[in-house]
Amino acid sequence: MKPSRNWIVVLAVVAALIGIRAFSGQGMGRVFVKAEPITVQVAADARMGTPAQSVSWTRWSAVPAKAYFAAERANPQQTEIQFSWARTMGLWLAAFLTLAIFSFMYRDNPAYRFAEAAIVGVSAAYWMTIGFWDTIVPKLLGSVWPNFVKANILPSLAEQSTVQVVAMWAALVLGIMLLMRLSSKGAWISMWPLAFIIGVTAGLKIVSHVESDLLQQSVATFKPLLALERGADGAVAMAPTVWLSLRNVLIVVGVLSCLTYFFFSVEHKGLVGRSARVGVWYLMITFGAAFGFTVMGRVALLAARVEFLFDDWLWLIDPSGKRVVETLSMVVG
Amino acid sequence: MSGFIKVLEGLDRRWIYLAMAISVAGPIIYIGLTGRTLPESATPAAEAVYNAIEELPARSRVLFSFDFDPGSGGELIPMATSLVHQCAARGHKMYFIALWPLGPQLIEDTIKRVITADYPHLKEGVDFVNFGYQAGNEAVMKVMLTDFVKAFPKTKTGDASAQVPMMEGVTRASDFPLLITISAGYPGAKEWVQYVVSSSGGKVKMVTGCTGVQTPQLYPYFPGQLAGMLGAIKGAAEYESLVNANLAKTSGDAKVQPKYQEAQRRMGPQLGAHLLMVALIVLGNIAYFAKRREGARASA
Repeated sequence: MKPSRNWIVVLAVVAALIGIRAFSGQGMGRVFVKAEPITVQVAADARMGTPAQSVSWTRWSAVPAKAYFAAERANPQQTEIQFSWARTMGLWLAAFLTLAIFSFMYRDNPAYRFAEAAIVGVSAAYWMTIGFWDTIVPKLLGSVWPNFVKANILPSLAEQSTVQVVAMWAALVLGIMLLMRLSSKGAWISMWPLAFIIGVTAGLKIVSHVESDLLQQSVATFKPLLALERGADGAVAMAPTVWLSLRNVLIVVGVLSCLTYFFFSVEHKGLVGRSARVGVWYLMITFGAAFGFTVMGRVALLAARVEFLFDDWLWLIDPSGKRVVETLSMVVG
Repeated sequence: MSGFIKVLEGLDRRWIYLAMAISVAGPIIYIGLTGRTLPESATPAAEAVYNAIEELPARSRVLFSFDFDPGSGGELIPMATSLVHQCAARGHKMYFIALWPLGPQLIEDTIKRVITADYPHLKEGVDFVNFGYQAGNEAVMKVMLTDFVKAFPKTKTGDASAQVPMMEGVTRASDFPLLITISAGYPGAKEWVQYVVSSSGGKVKMVTGCTGVQTPQLYPYFPGQLAGMLGAIKGAAEYESLVNANLAKTSGDAKVQPKYQEAQRRMGPQLGAHLLMVALIVLGNIAYFAKRREGARASA
């Protein structure tokens, strides 16, 4: 049997299981919403010329499926909790996109490419919108033309101080100068704002890095090699003393040996060579720990997606008690 | 032996993906159906986070910074849930900010899931407040060091920050006895340490919950510049079990809601996946050394 046939069998079994699940018991992958009428009293606004008024609307909030089943059992005619087509489609779309991304593990395919393109497109559009509405409008336009922005775009815009307005005009000029990079003749103008950006960033980072990563980290390395731990009676507690001293020795040896490894002015021979070798071991253990943590992080993300598929979409499990009335054990049993 | 090694050498990597899927899905289904989770014992880093919150007097100001997005939710949402749960149970005043654009939605979701659902007596503006997102990364942190209201002039609902009742006495970052950042990258815990904790001269005490990728970078800061740390889902599970056990002791109710056991549930699939990886590494090494021995024998 060719490997591809094995895989077709595996995929067919999975598809059949999903089909069985969809048509057994209460089904799967549905979202229910509850109507919440909201009324707000809006005060009169003399500036905009609007009178005091009462504004009402209905907010539809997602509710657990068990609330819908309970409401239906109590009164089949109820309309307070309803099935939501829009949110159900969203749930199925999320499940489809998750499976589409996972499908790449089998081989590259149109579903994967569609999901990938959708993610790239949506992310780009989202970041552009965020950048425009959270930075350009409130910070730049709101400072340069505060009255216009407050009256037409952002009524909640905070008052701007004169210093802020002047600073933002300077930022606007620097921004335009930066865009001159697109011009073939005026590209040199963009060097000035670039120099400003590099200077400010370096200034900010050098100070904070020296303080937090050089000075304070160096201080944290000055450990007593024999750390005496005393118990409540004032006597030296042997086990904590040994462990703490060992930990301190490991830290000090680790720092010195790793520094020796990266010290290339002396040939790595004799004592220096042996110390550098210890440093290599420390580095390898560090890389291993970093790899282990990365694996743990990725598995946690995978588990979250699989949980979403099994819980929200397939309704196979119910760890949060959203449905209670039906789980896999009830379907099978 | 050589036949087995040949099978390993020619193994289609998709079988490994399938094995990983089963090793993750199996425990999820088992834990989902039975509700049983693995036992957890807290390490000093997780205990330090718990103690940092517990040792504060009631009604202390705690500043939360949600510096992540749903992409890291699998690791960080359980931490956020339990941290807010402990602070709400202790009666601390909670101030929420976000330096990531998607942070405010995650703040709202956490408030709804924990505070609105289980602490309905807590009032917005008096017991908790959401300032939403502010663009500017490190610049926002630097401004907060001297003027919090300047960094966050409005709340998420559009009210002036200075008018919020629980803002009385808050001028700068050091007015918060504890800063909690839930961090997935840049800007996140590292920048908070560099620009706020270190610059404040020890006035700002900070704990963090961070992703697995960030954990090794942040360990050197603990216990000096970071008072406590929850590293990856393991740290979240340890902290979660600590909070649940101690809250159950004080309330006398041993039943824990499933939403406060999310990280503990995720340790099951972790175990399955890690066992598989260890087995694969061992098998890979066996195949490597056996092949090397065969090569040496052939050349001899």
